[in-house]
Amino acid sequence: MDPVPRNAVAVLAAALVLAAMPAAAAPNAVLGYDDARHLLVRTGFGPTDAEVRAYAPLTREAAVDRLLREVRTVALTAPPATATDTAPLRPPRPDTATQAERMAFVRQQTREGLELRAWWVQEMLATPSPLTERMTLFWHNHFVSGQPKVRISRLMYRQNVTLRAYALGNFATLLHAIAKDPAMLVYLDGVQNRKGAPNENFAREAMELFTLGEGHYSEQDVKEAARAFTGWSLERDAGRFVVRPFLHDDGVKTVFGKSGRYDGDAVLDLLLARPETALHVTEKLWREFISPDPDPSEVRRIATRFRASNYEIAAALREILLADAFYTSTNRGVLVKSPVEFVVGTLRVFGLRVEHALPFAIAAAGMGQNLLSPPNVKGWPGGEAWINTTTLLARKQFVERLTRADEMMSPVAMMTPVAMTAAAATTLPVAADTGGARVGAQAMPDRASNRAAAPGNGVDDEKARQQRLRREMERGLASVHLDSARWLAQFPGTTPGERAREAQRLLLATAPQQTADLDVDSLALVRGFVLDAAYQLK
Amino acid sequence: MDRRAFLKSSLSAAALGAAGPVSLAFAAAPPGANYRNLLVLIELKGGNDGLNTVVPFADATYYALRPGIAIARDAVVGISDSVGLHPALAPLAPFWKDRELAILQGVGYPAPNLSHFRSIEIWDTASASEIYLEDGWLTRAFAAAPPPRGFAADGVIIGSSDLGPLAGGGTRAVALASTEQFLRQARLATPSGVAQNKAFQHILKVEADILQAAAGLDARHAFRTEFPPGAFGGAIRTACQVIANPAGVAVVRVSLSGFDTHVGQPATQARLLGELAQGLAALKSALDEIGRWNDTLILTYAEFGRRPRENLSKGTDHGTASAHLALGGRVAGGFYGEQPALDRLSGDGNTGHALDFRSVYATVLEKWWGIPAQATLGGRFTPVPFLRA
Repeated sequence: MDPVPRNAVAVLAAALVLAAMPAAAAPNAVLGYDDARHLLVRTGFGPTDAEVRAYAPLTREAAVDRLLREVRTVALTAPPATATDTAPLRPPRPDTATQAERMAFVRQQTREGLELRAWWVQEMLATPSPLTERMTLFWHNHFVSGQPKVRISRLMYRQNVTLRAYALGNFATLLHAIAKDPAMLVYLDGVQNRKGAPNENFAREAMELFTLGEGHYSEQDVKEAARAFTGWSLERDAGRFVVRPFLHDDGVKTVFGKSGRYDGDAVLDLLLARPETALHVTEKLWREFISPDPDPSEVRRIATRFRASNYEIAAALREILLADAFYTSTNRGVLVKSPVEFVVGTLRVFGLRVEHALPFAIAAAGMGQNLLSPPNVKGWPGGEAWINTTTLLARKQFVERLTRADEMMSPVAMMTPVAMTAAAATTLPVAADTGGARVGAQAMPDRASNRAAAPGNGVDDEKARQQRLRREMERGLASVHLDSARWLAQFPGTTPGERAREAQRLLLATAPQQTADLDVDSLALVRGFVLDAAYQLK
Repeated sequence: MDRRAFLKSSLSAAALGAAGPVSLAFAAAPPGANYRNLLVLIELKGGNDGLNTVVPFADATYYALRPGIAIARDAVVGISDSVGLHPALAPLAPFWKDRELAILQGVGYPAPNLSHFRSIEIWDTASASEIYLEDGWLTRAFAAAPPPRGFAADGVIIGSSDLGPLAGGGTRAVALASTEQFLRQARLATPSGVAQNKAFQHILKVEADILQAAAGLDARHAFRTEFPPGAFGGAIRTACQVIANPAGVAVVRVSLSGFDTHVGQPATQARLLGELAQGLAALKSALDEIGRWNDTLILTYAEFGRRPRENLSKGTDHGTASAHLALGGRVAGGFYGEQPALDRLSGDGNTGHALDFRSVYATVLEKWWGIPAQATLGGRFTPVPFLRA
């Protein structure tokens, strides 16, 4: 394969040449370095040079099948003890709990929420199957729940376990599981959906966001479907799904023109029977893995396969990853890395070991992606919306911080305000999960849950938490050292310039914003790459 | 070549690299648009208690609902025979006397949502309660009628990373904690490049926004005004530094957090309202210094007010409509909207609204900036006459 073109003219020329050639479906041709890199970047987090080289000799099919074969269903990293605790949950009762009990509960859940984020980021760093975590994150952003409303971190953990278990399993099974998922039952008010007083929240989002997409159902369908889900509830102390027959409306419902004494499962099956569901999910997979502009005919083709497979997610993803559109030159570097991909990918590509992952979860939150706390039920909008003046500077400060000269790495330098990232300079959105002053993009408990645990004003608490998190992030960033010379030495080449070109090929999906000056010291070289606009793209 | 000159010259290169379709997407501002009229938004995060801000001391129901936290009649700053300001707002009395303070009562919206997140999203996007919009209301307004390209930025968000009313879209919004820090960070932005696709182009545009803001905000005006100590005073100082830049900016947003007073409200709210009032007094003084008071409109807003009946923790829970303040040299002082009807509370113990917040926004768009409001606000909202011609 050709090296990555180093300037726009070369890119343009390459694009013209490629455009002039018929799209070559080459399932039997080997990937080569650039295609292997592209595949691993799009399906993982910052692959290393060695990982790319391992995939380069494979054909597209062999490579994709290997990725799919290595998928996991459980995390490698041991979860925090609090997440798997089976002791009764005992959230404060609205009628009897004292203020102190409520505050203690809020603090405890906030702490556990941070542990949970750290655990997930740790898993992203450690997993031998980055695709598993990327898909778990994909479903987290599809079947959205957020800790600020769910409050109980253990339920967020269990949902995460479910999302991972089915991340590349069966979509129909996942949909049914999520509809009964305790965190989801709280997040979309399922627990308040009862006979005679239906709450339409879940039924509506299940149609609009989880399956059909907007415009493919009527208000009447939502109302009727909501009745079918009545009585799906939670056992209070165990936090487990329970059906309460006396709260279930067992009358006849009419959904999509069909009538019956439907329960929730029956309605989900009606949603799965509609062709729009496969189209909707396929289009979303396209936007996640290929480009912001789905090709309608290709989406139809893949959705048909997806549906024919009875919704095997791996079947759809295989088609996505083998599609010519996935490999075409015009779709390289057209997607913006999410903050989590940016942070985890940077640590992975440079082989940086971290002792604690929490600082990096905080860093991603400062860039606009606070895990377990998407902004609303629609999830993070993603794409270009990831990048604004604040988040771009937060990203640049993060990589600038990791590529500081060694003499700057003294503990004293670390603790100066100058060393703080843009994220730390403003409010850290992860600080208050379930109470206190609302900060950043943080939601607060909704009306009902708020009665259960009216948070205190907690202003000073909040400030202290903010400061603690900032220090935490500072320490975390300070603990990471990039040995740029050693990192560059891994690349093939007989001159520094040759190795630099290989490094660029690994790090950047497109030609850089400015032609890299390859004739600088190793640290300046790496810093130039990671500060380049092209490093934000994949 | 000093740094500022460098930033300015590199900026044009950045603009060249990033422009193209991005800038073409903007219509030209209508001829009547006047973005020299500055808007300062002050978000009272957490939901300020309007009833203890603008106190209906002549209403017996008020004292019946709040035996533990009501403001005594003889403690209020008297502004009418039935209503007074919270004592901590005493620094605002001169504004009232000079008729430069408008009190907007009962500002809210139909079918109120009591979640902090959702309700502030409704305010920030100016949506109806059940409609989800992605772009902030100012983003939509600026897309239709962009502020002058020469401005340092369309809007500057101070001390918070969420862009609120400036979120989304192609607006030139800059969030910063302090101008000094922003200028330091801005050095990481790269002044030029060749966009190879739409996402790349967007990033280059954001880099250009950063650099343009850095170039424009690199003003170190020496104010004689003494700014109050504390975070909010610091944010007001930063706001004044931003406003003093010669390049211009259409809107500045400052936030004051901590109004979610479920517990022990009296002390917390008194402290916060004190910070607010002192900050506003300093803001006026500083704007007078640079001759901007007469073309500045200051508006407070929040996700909601608080429930009229106090809770069992000497606090208040999430409510609905609330009182807000409009200040400025061209504000027509007085009362607008209606005092909350405490004898007619809804089933969940909240008040209805008298003024739709989108009417307040319509006032900003149509009367302050002279740009159309209807498309931005998704409907016709009658401006509130709190501005002098």
